Amino acid sequence: MAATSSSPSLVDTLFQRSLDDLIRALRSSSSSSVLEAAAIARALDEIRREIRSPDLDTKAVALQKLTYLASLHHLDMSWAAFHALELLPSPSLPHPRVAYLAASLSFHPSSTDLLPLATHQLRKHLAPSPSNTPALVAPALHLLALASSADLACHLASDLLPILSGPLRPKAIATALRAFAVCPDAAPVLFKPLVDCLSLSSEPRAVSAAVSAFCELALAAPDPSPYLPLAPEFYRLLVDSHNNWVLIKVLKIFARLAPLEPRLAVRIHDPVCHLLRRSPAKSLVFECIRTVLSSLSDHDAAVRLAVDKIKEFLASDDDPNLRYLGLQALAMLGPAYLWAVEESREVVIQSLNDTDTNIRHEALCLIMGMLCESNVVEICNLLIKYAMKSDPDFANEILDAVLATCGRNVYELIVDFDWYVSLLGEMARNPHCAKGDEIERQLVDIGLRVRDARPELVLVARDLLIDPAPLGNPFLCRVLSAAAWVSGEYVESSRNLLELVEALLQPRTNRLSSLVRAVYIQAVFKVVTFSFISFIKQIQAFDTKSSADRNAAFESENGVATADKAVIFDSIDNNETIKHESVSHLLDFVETTVGPLSECDDVEIQERARNVLGLIHIIRETRYWDIVAEHGLTRDKKISEIVELMEAAFSEELGPVSTNAQKRDTVPEGLILNENLSDLAEILGDIDVTPCTSILFSLRCHHPTETKEDSAPVIEPSSLLAEHRKRHGLYYLPTEKDEVESNDYPLASDPLLAVSHVDDAKDIVKLTAQSFIPRKAKPTKPRPVVIRLDEGDGVSRSGLTMVKEFKDDLLSGAIRNVLLGNESKPSSSRDMSSDRTSRRGENDASNNNDLFSQPKESNALDGRKHRKSSSRKSRHHARHKEKNGSPGNEDIEETSHRHSTRSSRHQGRHKHRQRGDAPPDVVSQEPVIQDFLL
Amino acid sequence: MIRAVIVMNTQGKPRLLKFYEFQPPEKQQELTRSVFAVLSGRPDNVSNFVEADAIFGPVIFSSLLFVSFVAEITKKKKQEEFKEGTRLVYKHLATLYFVFVFDSCENELAMLDLIQVLVETLDRCFKNVCELDIVFNFNKIYNNQMKTTVFMYVELGSSYVQMHTILDEIIFGGQVLETSSERVLKAVEEISRLEKSSSSVSFVPKSVSGRFGR
Repeated sequence: MAATSSSPSLVDTLFQRSLDDLIRALRSSSSSSVLEAAAIARALDEIRREIRSPDLDTKAVALQKLTYLASLHHLDMSWAAFHALELLPSPSLPHPRVAYLAASLSFHPSSTDLLPLATHQLRKHLAPSPSNTPALVAPALHLLALASSADLACHLASDLLPILSGPLRPKAIATALRAFAVCPDAAPVLFKPLVDCLSLSSEPRAVSAAVSAFCELALAAPDPSPYLPLAPEFYRLLVDSHNNWVLIKVLKIFARLAPLEPRLAVRIHDPVCHLLRRSPAKSLVFECIRTVLSSLSDHDAAVRLAVDKIKEFLASDDDPNLRYLGLQALAMLGPAYLWAVEESREVVIQSLNDTDTNIRHEALCLIMGMLCESNVVEICNLLIKYAMKSDPDFANEILDAVLATCGRNVYELIVDFDWYVSLLGEMARNPHCAKGDEIERQLVDIGLRVRDARPELVLVARDLLIDPAPLGNPFLCRVLSAAAWVSGEYVESSRNLLELVEALLQPRTNRLSSLVRAVYIQAVFKVVTFSFISFIKQIQAFDTKSSADRNAAFESENGVATADKAVIFDSIDNNETIKHESVSHLLDFVETTVGPLSECDDVEIQERARNVLGLIHIIRETRYWDIVAEHGLTRDKKISEIVELMEAAFSEELGPVSTNAQKRDTVPEGLILNENLSDLAEILGDIDVTPCTSILFSLRCHHPTETKEDSAPVIEPSSLLAEHRKRHGLYYLPTEKDEVESNDYPLASDPLLAVSHVDDAKDIVKLTAQSFIPRKAKPTKPRPVVIRLDEGDGVSRSGLTMVKEFKDDLLSGAIRNVLLGNESKPSSSRDMSSDRTSRRGENDASNNNDLFSQPKESNALDGRKHRKSSSRKSRHHARHKEKNGSPGNEDIEETSHRHSTRSSRHQGRHKHRQRGDAPPDVVSQEPVIQDFLL
Repeated sequence: MIRAVIVMNTQGKPRLLKFYEFQPPEKQQELTRSVFAVLSGRPDNVSNFVEADAIFGPVIFSSLLFVSFVAEITKKKKQEEFKEGTRLVYKHLATLYFVFVFDSCENELAMLDLIQVLVETLDRCFKNVCELDIVFNFNKIYNNQMKTTVFMYVELGSSYVQMHTILDEIIFGGQVLETSSERVLKAVEEISRLEKSSSSVSFVPKSVSGRFGR
């Protein structure tokens, strides 16, 4: 190819390869990518040479080849933009067509600087002239539609007008739509002809195109109210049209407009139900279902009909598309229509087993939507078991859904936290589990929020920690981190401290990342502290008791009480006695295993290891530790000091932190928050300041000798906690497992058992036969207190309000102006646009903030356009007169009779306006939108 | 609106690409690849729809309508609420995938029907044009309404350009304008008639172009 580019052979210059030749060459070389790349490079060289040729035919073929290569082999062809423009003026039809195709595939205002150069040629081609055949005008329009800049659209908007009434009307409408998008200023010129196309007398294809365009506009507009005045036209199409495409679009428009005007729903109810019943076209039926569910959900008969149709969809075994859409339609129903989902329960559950991932996904969403307090236990158990045997992707989808639904709004669905915590443990055991982060978050979060769940939490954590298998799973290390933290923080609920410490320090922990390992060691620190404090306290308690009893009971004894005799009286929840030997053994074990870690490379591990060793050192240092005579231990002042300090260090409970906590903090005086901190970056240099996760767990990590400075500021709802503590006592033992049948979940530690339970979806159906019916049975166990900090906690705020608040855009303003910018007197109620304009005038005057109030800039724009478009108004008016006589308006006329009283009222109000003293309260009493067709 | 039409073979090589919102070439390649990755992972006899928000992102057309709105949204990271509902519907016929990408303004099943219109039109159009390159294949079509011949491999230049012409008659600037393959064919025939009469000079003599056939 180097040869061809440097010196083209005679053959190459004489005979040009056509696009067909190029494709054949590419196809023959498509076996290897190297060959193909070479063939493309050779072709490009050729094209670069040919495209500069003065001969237009050569140029056109070269451009055609380039277009093909650029489009299907993803090459940049912006360099050839000028050559495309060169071909536009050619009198031979194929040349401009080739050029337009190339341009419409590759031009864009953002990348083609030469676009303005096309303006003149486009205008020439769009002009009404016999030489401009549809074959030429259509591609010109297409370029304008796809690659138009704001300037181009503005310049050529008026040139579209003649085409908007010619045979190429549909294409012109589609082009006008795109012109609006880039240039709202074009709306005043182009909008009127677009509205005209909606009339029944228009060519059907033009009607279809116009309805599509309005559908596009209404759905894209943040506030579709400017399109409300067209509702009568759309209604007429809904009733009279037999074109499914038109009907679908009209339904979509009504679905968008109905929330704005409640009476629209009443009006479209009958025609929509009629279509729903009669139409053989599935697409139209589906659109009707969608419209009913979104806009007619208050009309029970319509919803009933729609649900029946959905069932038909769901029952179509041979067509996965209909089943998929049917499930989606069910999902649209929302919580108010759970009965509909309930009716199709079996299909939904069986769909979990479908080969189609789409269908499975929708079924899962539906099932999650059906969850309520009474069935969450059964359904989630089943789903988690089902996840055990499904493919990795779907298993994680299930886990995700369960975690999200159960965790929603601070676990509002969960009554039995013991169950949920063990379910979390079970999820972590799923072989495909990749949701470690969320499980970690929830484990810790439940620990912080739900005191009653802590014993079970510790149990679940223990099972996870003891098992060496998860240590090698990178997805689970976050879960293990949470488990370690939980067992350390709530160590008082632990049954066997030695076992726990052994699990935390088992050799395989070296597979964990250093951050997680640091959490492990910090947990060991807490366990050691706890066991020591408990031990000392136990002796102290014994001492107090025994000194009181001494004279009575133990008088005859030697007076040396050993620890073996010590019995816990009340302050420690462990039923077993803590013996001196066991504490000693624990300390020995920790010392030998943690010892090597004090030399660890990783500072996080090293620091925590040294903390632990330091603590053990201090304990051993006490004078009496090694003496069996425990009795004297308590008299060592240092011991009691240590105990006091350590207790203080860990006594304050960690609580959840409100998302708004920082906002509530008052800014200290003299602190300027907005001060530029850019010079900080200089000081910090390369230091990575991203917060690492270990901070969460090392909040209170201090060296034992500095325990006085402990207790990092933790925000907690102290009143709630205090109350709760009073009620349950500091060390609260869980009530024994209750006898509710819903509690017979398998333990988290035996996944095999769980798998064997479920064989196929039929079992699921059987098992859940009752579970979707919300049971009223009272739970035998009351829901434990779940700490919620404030309304902002965990509740996701919906963005809907923001969408509604959002101000209108330029285009809507412009369109509203076109539709409403008519000052003519309302001759009948049909002329609602003028009626609305007048009312808007009033509102502006009285500064009433109703539906039609607009942002200021938009008003300014309106004003400008009012002046610009005076001629248009007269035309608009004329059209209305003409329309009133046209057939198909009987419906509207009828309504106008019905509302004759109201229209007389309008006239009265107009007089008010003319006098300019309309009392604002009269306006506000009126319904915001007057009768359009209703 | 329809955001894109993609025809590609089962190896992922595009045969026709039409994006109704401008996409630079690299982006086109990326999109085509992601679509192929999704489609090739789907077995036969499953539903023909795929949620494509993740692939195609928010509609550029709409964002043009209210640029500031979108800016506001992205600032607040509220894209969740602003999902466009972009989907794609595809049909796997012989060795080709026909893919339409569309947003919430279109009806899913209607799009499926429209693919059928496109396929039928292409089929009828190319039957007589270049038989060598069309392999007829009987395929069961959606809803077993009809059996139709399906062309398999349209790649020659004349076909490529004609495919654009046909598609432009059906979908124009992202809007569906024509759903009858009869009328599409008529319009396409009219255009080729006009093209022929307008230029007496054919681009390159066939005999010469045949030289480079290999």
